[in-house]
Amino acid sequence: MSRAATRDPILVRWLLIAVAVSFLALFLVLPLAAVLTEALRKGADAYWRSLGGDDTLASIRLTLLVAGIAVPLNLAFGLAASWAIAKFDFAGKAWLISFIDLPFSVSPVISGLIYVLLFGAQSALGPWLIEHDVKIVFAVPGIVLATIFVTFPFVARELIPLMEEQGRDEEEAALTLGAGGLRTFWAITLPNVKWGLLYGVLLCNARAMGEFGAVSVVSGHIRGLTNTMPLHVEILYNEYDFVGAFAVASLLALLALVTLGAKTTLEWWHRDELAAAGRH
Amino acid sequence: MSAKSVRVIPGFSATLGLTIGYLSLVVLIPLAALILKAAGMTAQQWLDTLTDARVLASFRLSFGGAAIAALINGVFGLLVAWVLVRYPFPGRKLIDAFIDLPFALPTAVAGIALTALYAPNGWIGQLLPFKVAFTPLGAIIAMIFIGVPFVVRTVEPVLQDVDSELEEAAACLGASRVQTFLRVILPSIAPALLTGISLAFARAVGEYGSIIFIAGNLPGVSEIAPLLIVTKLEQYDYVGATAIACLMLAVSFAMLLAINMLQKWNRQRLGGLS
Repeated sequence: MSRAATRDPILVRWLLIAVAVSFLALFLVLPLAAVLTEALRKGADAYWRSLGGDDTLASIRLTLLVAGIAVPLNLAFGLAASWAIAKFDFAGKAWLISFIDLPFSVSPVISGLIYVLLFGAQSALGPWLIEHDVKIVFAVPGIVLATIFVTFPFVARELIPLMEEQGRDEEEAALTLGAGGLRTFWAITLPNVKWGLLYGVLLCNARAMGEFGAVSVVSGHIRGLTNTMPLHVEILYNEYDFVGAFAVASLLALLALVTLGAKTTLEWWHRDELAAAGRH
Repeated sequence: MSAKSVRVIPGFSATLGLTIGYLSLVVLIPLAALILKAAGMTAQQWLDTLTDARVLASFRLSFGGAAIAALINGVFGLLVAWVLVRYPFPGRKLIDAFIDLPFALPTAVAGIALTALYAPNGWIGQLLPFKVAFTPLGAIIAMIFIGVPFVVRTVEPVLQDVDSELEEAAACLGASRVQTFLRVILPSIAPALLTGISLAFARAVGEYGSIIFIAGNLPGVSEIAPLLIVTKLEQYDYVGATAIACLMLAVSFAMLLAINMLQKWNRQRLGGLS
């Protein structure tokens, strides 16, 4: 079983490995290292002090609030959409799936712009909203809407292929044996897809907390009120408070690393129970 | 199976209704608002916006820069995927997990980190004889960063599936490794590679957060199209913003269509191989 004919010379191997690792070190590892170095440039005290600022704490609270609304809504939507698409046949299914994926191919800035056009003061709805004192754009509701838009497909696109792969037999058996619809869902479907669901929620949450472009357009950048963490990073950075900007950035980088770690663990342990297709 | 089968599973109308309702509310109606706004524009308004030198320059940077970044990612992404699939070496699994960092790292964080690295006094910037940060080159660096995972992730599974017997056959017939790669392996991964490059391109065209910090944003030189949309919005030029957004959206949809066709081709290729 010698495979020498299809093996590359050892020199070629190590050369290619060296080039690949250097490329990744240059583009992935160094930026991460730069965030930590810059955040700690003036010592740990300055780092913690800048994280404790009122505006920073407000931005952390707002980010948690926005993700706390957007993620559960998209989770509920993902479950409903995957149930409808995987468990039933109907005309236009392929279209529906394409529409669900749509937000992934729209520039974040455009994702924000559409809500400004819809709810801004210049829009058809604008005067009515002003008259009734409803603030959507340049306020928290707009930020939530834009975040929901950009994170819309994550849970659904993880669950749809997974539930399609698992078929309908188990649900049909449970129903035939007398279980109700909801009980079938809780006892059969949900346990079958739990790791895929967690996977989708993780990615959805990371994007919800880290979104910049879409949120930037609708936020209005009011300090302490409509600044999420990524927007606060920008403000601090533009004010030349580099330690502050990189300190908040280090929290977001930590979130990214935790997400990556959890995602990788899921992939290693539950590869079979995650959807095979479209891993990004 | 001529008779229509009875649906045993409940909840069809409820879940489909919820799906379509939520989809319309969050995605379709807002997007329709953009298209409606664009439909209300006169030909003169379109012409004014789209022939503006500043707009054209921003398109050149967004599309041209994205194309360069996607090609660079094509070369290095293929190389990384090849090394990760073919050569077992210590730390491979860790590196593989790390590839997705640009998906997980918020773009603003990437932006300021890359700027710190490539600024004239940064770790990389001080080693280079030319300026990177605050030039169009900086925008391309950021576009490369956010595109890294696309090519690697689309090529990896296909490379894993390439039949080793085909390579052995090529070797038996006297092909060198380079010939085998170019004539046997590359054609079978070409659709996946092209898909990855297109995805990286599409992402880079629309990218905003990581670029605005490093590019310098000089109008006509290092200003990307998404930033110009933001600038026009800030000047209450909704018409201008809408026109640029619509054009970008049209290109995204064309890309989406092309990627779908590439993936169909990819599946046919794979079907033929196995």
